[in-house]
Amino acid sequence: MDRTRRVALKGAGMSSLLVAGFATGLLRPRDAWAADWNKNAFESKTVSDALNSLGVQKVVPSADIVIKAPDIAENGAVVPIDITSNIPGTERISVLVDKNPFPYVGTFDVSKGALPYVHLRVKMGESSNVRVVVTANGQHYEAVKEVKVTIGGCGG
Amino acid sequence: MANPMKIRAKLEGDVAEVRVLMAHPMETGQRKDANGQVIPMHFIKDIRAELNGKPVFEAAISQAVSRNPVFAFKIKGAKAGDKLSITWVDNRGDTRTDSIELGS
Repeated sequence: MDRTRRVALKGAGMSSLLVAGFATGLLRPRDAWAADWNKNAFESKTVSDALNSLGVQKVVPSADIVIKAPDIAENGAVVPIDITSNIPGTERISVLVDKNPFPYVGTFDVSKGALPYVHLRVKMGESSNVRVVVTANGQHYEAVKEVKVTIGGCGG
Repeated sequence: MANPMKIRAKLEGDVAEVRVLMAHPMETGQRKDANGQVIPMHFIKDIRAELNGKPVFEAAISQAVSRNPVFAFKIKGAKAGDKLSITWVDNRGDTRTDSIELGS
């Protein structure tokens, strides 16, 4: 009796069921995640393309976004960034590193019960502006902070 | 199976200051191994934190987040005894969820 073959067949049966489920819309796991993973934005090679893909047409500079990051980062592989938005109604905080090969780093959705704050650590290939775009009440606001990098953190 | 996250939370009034460390290589797809072969992209894409089963903080991120990602965020309306759970999903469909009880 070839057990491996049986298990393989059973597995194949299960996955085709799953595929059918996805196709008919019965199983839609992506619905569970509100902060949608925006493929076009993540694959954009310029800040303007990324912002377009994110639906950010008009962005207003704001002094109410506080970015704490080192002026000079010795190690581009780990650059700590602390972001606080003092804009009322802040829903999302998006982070871009202008000169990275793919500038868009991510979006943090704080609209469901978090304060408008996030800390993260990013890779930076070279000295660049770190750009933060805050979405509040359908408007977009931004602030930038320059970080100089002495050793890049993308290649290796 | 990925290693467990390290989650710490401190209650300040009704705000939980959360700090999480996720064990993940966060490969960018731009590095090469010793034989000159490109190391494929492997990175966390989605993160969600839930307080007592209700989503309170969500993120969509790229491979530009540093290896073994660390995040901090602040959750409103939290109290001792609440259950905080954090889930990540990576680009290969691997996922991990870890939970703590606040104030413990």
